[in-house]
Amino acid sequence: MAIRVFLTLLLFLSSAILSFSLYEDQAGLTDWHQRYIGKVKHAVFHTQKTGRKRVIVSTEENVVASLDLRHGEIFWRHVLGTKDAIDGVGIALGKYVITLSSEGSTLRAWNLPDGQMVWETSLHSAQHSKSLLSVPINLKVDKDYPIIVFGGGYLHAVSAIDGEVLWKKDFTAEGFEVQRVLQPPGSSIIYVLGFINFSEAVVYQIDSKSGEVVAEKSMMFPGGFSGEISSVSSDKVVVLDSTRSILVTIGFIDGDISFQKTPISDLVEDSGKAEILSALLSNMLAVKVNKRTLFVKVGGEGKLEVVDSLSDETAMSDSLPVADDQEAFASVHHEGSKIHLMVKLVNELDNVLLRETIQMDQHRGRVHKVFMNNYIRTDRSNGFRALIVMEDHSLLLLQQGAIVWSREEGLASVTDVTTAELPLGKDGVSVAKVEHTLFEWLKGHVLKLKGSLLLASPEDVVAIQELRVKSSGKNKLTRDHNGFRKLILALTRPGKLFALHTGDGRIVWSMLLKSPSNSQACERPNGISLYQWQVPHHHAMDENPSVLVVGKCGSDSSAPGVLSFVDVYTGKEISSSDIGHSVVQVMPLPFTDSTEQRLHLIADTVGHVHLYPKTSEALSIFQREFQNVYWYTVEADDGIIRGHVMKGSCSSETADEYCFTTRELWTVVFPSESEKIISTLTRKPNEVVHTQAKVNSDQDLLYKYVSRNLLFVATVSPKGAGEIGSVTPEESSLVVYLIDTITGRILHRLSHQGCQGPVHAVFSENWVVYHYFNLRAHKYEVTVVEIYDQSRAENKNVWKLILGKHNLTAPITSYSRPEVFTKSQSYFFAQSVKTIAVTSTAKGITSKQLLIGTIGDQILALDKRFVDPRRTLNPSQAEKEEGIIPLTDTLPIIPQAYITHSHKVEGLRGIVTAPSKLESTTHVFAYGVDLFYTRLAPSKTYDSLTDDFSYALLLITIVALVAAIYITWVLSEKKELSEKWR
Amino acid sequence: MDKGKAVMGTGRRWAVEFSDQSTVPSSRDILDPPGFSRASQEQDDSANSRQKKDAEATWKLQKAWEVAQSPFKNLMMMGFMMWMAGNTVHLFSIGITFSALWQPISALQSVGKIFEPFKDNKVELLMPKLVFLALNLGGLALGVWKLNTLGLLPTHASDWVSSLPPPQEVDYSGGGFVFH
Repeated sequence: MAIRVFLTLLLFLSSAILSFSLYEDQAGLTDWHQRYIGKVKHAVFHTQKTGRKRVIVSTEENVVASLDLRHGEIFWRHVLGTKDAIDGVGIALGKYVITLSSEGSTLRAWNLPDGQMVWETSLHSAQHSKSLLSVPINLKVDKDYPIIVFGGGYLHAVSAIDGEVLWKKDFTAEGFEVQRVLQPPGSSIIYVLGFINFSEAVVYQIDSKSGEVVAEKSMMFPGGFSGEISSVSSDKVVVLDSTRSILVTIGFIDGDISFQKTPISDLVEDSGKAEILSALLSNMLAVKVNKRTLFVKVGGEGKLEVVDSLSDETAMSDSLPVADDQEAFASVHHEGSKIHLMVKLVNELDNVLLRETIQMDQHRGRVHKVFMNNYIRTDRSNGFRALIVMEDHSLLLLQQGAIVWSREEGLASVTDVTTAELPLGKDGVSVAKVEHTLFEWLKGHVLKLKGSLLLASPEDVVAIQELRVKSSGKNKLTRDHNGFRKLILALTRPGKLFALHTGDGRIVWSMLLKSPSNSQACERPNGISLYQWQVPHHHAMDENPSVLVVGKCGSDSSAPGVLSFVDVYTGKEISSSDIGHSVVQVMPLPFTDSTEQRLHLIADTVGHVHLYPKTSEALSIFQREFQNVYWYTVEADDGIIRGHVMKGSCSSETADEYCFTTRELWTVVFPSESEKIISTLTRKPNEVVHTQAKVNSDQDLLYKYVSRNLLFVATVSPKGAGEIGSVTPEESSLVVYLIDTITGRILHRLSHQGCQGPVHAVFSENWVVYHYFNLRAHKYEVTVVEIYDQSRAENKNVWKLILGKHNLTAPITSYSRPEVFTKSQSYFFAQSVKTIAVTSTAKGITSKQLLIGTIGDQILALDKRFVDPRRTLNPSQAEKEEGIIPLTDTLPIIPQAYITHSHKVEGLRGIVTAPSKLESTTHVFAYGVDLFYTRLAPSKTYDSLTDDFSYALLLITIVALVAAIYITWVLSEKKELSEKWR
Repeated sequence: MDKGKAVMGTGRRWAVEFSDQSTVPSSRDILDPPGFSRASQEQDDSANSRQKKDAEATWKLQKAWEVAQSPFKNLMMMGFMMWMAGNTVHLFSIGITFSALWQPISALQSVGKIFEPFKDNKVELLMPKLVFLALNLGGLALGVWKLNTLGLLPTHASDWVSSLPPPQEVDYSGGGFVFH
């Protein structure tokens, strides 16, 4: 009976829930986390004599952060929501950072040293409008320091101390949009300048104490304004008219408005569309016309006069008061691979305070923004530092002719990710070279042994940690046996491609996309997506692997595409081509040519597809498979999914033999009054499936329907397409479909009444898991659908299978109309989800884990066993043995199962998994504003010893055993001898 | 006896004949006492030894049968052990199953050796051997059955299908949302 009890216990233990977790000292061994802020929009320096010097920035990723001016590290950072875009940032009272966000409806104050929120005020907002934040420096009203905010048609004065609204002024009726708030020094009257419908300029004089309008003046401008504005003095602004050819100086001295028009053609001969570069320069204006930058002096009567011009493109900073009522500004322009930073006095342009030339990496592109700050040197002269934002979104601090620090902020906007192998290590580099000496090696292992026997002192623990990081050799730039070292290739929104090392996340190389052959049409293509172009595996081993970056010139769908081929090992562009047609879809085909270049089809807007690479070999391969290649498009706006088949060469229209016409084969039309496509998903094309059978506990067989040509489509009723909770359960329903993309056949349809999107789904092997909101239960739900092939179910005769008399491995086609059936189950899930991914391993044997990016920007690893439609309330003994978990209504969230442990991947947008060579292990890379990487073993590392395995202990045990054997042998010999003599 | 004669023949002076030649009447100088019947004694003697031999044979046969039946006890014990071990695969059940398989196999291999001591041309060992074989085969079958209940024999379709990769698809389809 004892045995029975023991066995039951064993059984219980083996079926207990395996949870992924790690020990505290294992954090950071295989994972890394990088914090970014995104492209800087505004920057405010805070450089007092005492305390740490910092710069407050707000970015396009809706981040407000305080950076260390010395090293560029983040002191503190807050990532606001995706809809909470920051419109302005300022410093009030010298201790609060003020941010205005959400189109001028949210005003927040953060404590400058530590970033704690001090107060938050929601401002009344009635309509969409431009918003404006003005933090007057020396405006004081009854011991209070008002902040003037315009947004949503209202002008508010908010107390900087506690965020209380002092007064508000309603401008919604007039449609008045505030452009500038100006405050003449020493007066409590503020001037509010704005436009009505961009055709009438209005100046209000408002008493800053009460918010009463003291005076109002307006004047029509028949041409209309473009909206670009530059303040030149406390009573003058310069604007561009709507044709961008006339500069209008608006003066409003003592409440009188006067216009003075100056056509650009008067200033410079080759006129064109102008652009105002500077926002705030005193008595000065910088205008960009025809790639030339003009410095225009604004005279006392509004007279404009060109004083200087620069031939190249220039970025300008605002002007900054330096000593003796002088104002200075910084300008940066390019010259070859160098940039020139110049700081000049506004009044005397010939007086260059600072001229620095800095070598700049070509792959950073042009300078987009400059923010300047000055400091007093020890010899009492002015020193300047400049914060510049480059085209690739990187942020650099220039000081004393050098780059003090730089931040690769492009990585905050990753759009597509793929992985690549590192080069093979050279022969002859042995382990002995890595482990310095035998003594060191032994010392290390003794330390590890101490650690595992809990004898280590705190210093030892630190040493062990260091050793672990160092000795694993994880940062080397060669391929390793387990495939743990890889390159993560990340394409960012500014069109820069980064290669990150999986070991420590450092940038191995980076490359900014260039337009091919410097065509004038497109200066800088924006990257769309990234594909594996050439992965030498069996053939062409001497060639480096390469990736294909598909880019586009311009934003509209008919813009011509650009292909760029990048060598993965070196980061150099092999070639790039202007393909001369638009890109609406890229399809990597499952065929490669003799040099292992993958064939790709690129579809354009007119319905033609183009084959790449353009070689005759690729053409012959494609023509062989011509009949079997299909193409489908999802037109979400019209609710139509169309399937196309290749028809023939389009040589009748063009001479291009790599171009093919297509013919529409099928359409699936969703009724627009009841269904709207919100999400579609297919399996990852490179996913490996180990087996086609699923075996139940009673040895029963189910054949998985594993097809790459399945499309998961989720639709909601049009009313329910909005925010969660905006409709009643009766009005909203969610329908999911599984559609065969070859034949257009709907294999399965499942409808959820009273449910709503957004739908986040993951599709792997023969199952789909999707997450949505249940309006009736007021909870999020997760549903799993598994698809099985009924037509193969007859293959159950053992003898036939043993003798191989079956057609289970014969190639199949969707036209054989496979009979499928599905199993599904739904569970509640306590969290809102941003994205879902699934682990992928080399052979597909290891069990899978769902990686759920939660609303808290963490990643939760959930075993697939929890979303198994065969779960029942009371599983039988055999089912328990198989690992089926008793059914619960809610999926568990185990705190240890957060693979991001203490980190947050702020602004999480995607999770990418890639297999390593070791079957048990998978790479996980998550990107958002932050980057996070780790390695996961969903079924534990069953195929390798763990890192902390003590070889020394094993060695010592073996030695001890051998010694013991020898000693006992000697002893027994002696005893035997003495026995014999007796 | 022959040797002694040979020695005498070579001219030895004296010799002591130790051998009892009483059974050979022709070489006897002294007549048998009256009423003594030599034949009956001889007959009796041979009968005695035959009897002895018969007893030995029956004893051997009996022992052979005992040996032949011994696996039965083993079988029972094995059965009990297997029941104890349960139907899950772990160290205990695997050990028992493999010992249950190994014992009959080793017994079958050494079946000649086991019945060696009982080898006699008078003893019919075929039946015990057959019984022994049958019981051991029974034990083997039990072991195999146990192996099967543990699910370690590829007797199900699932065992043959699991290793089959999913079939290749002839058609290929790509596409999706249009790039914006």
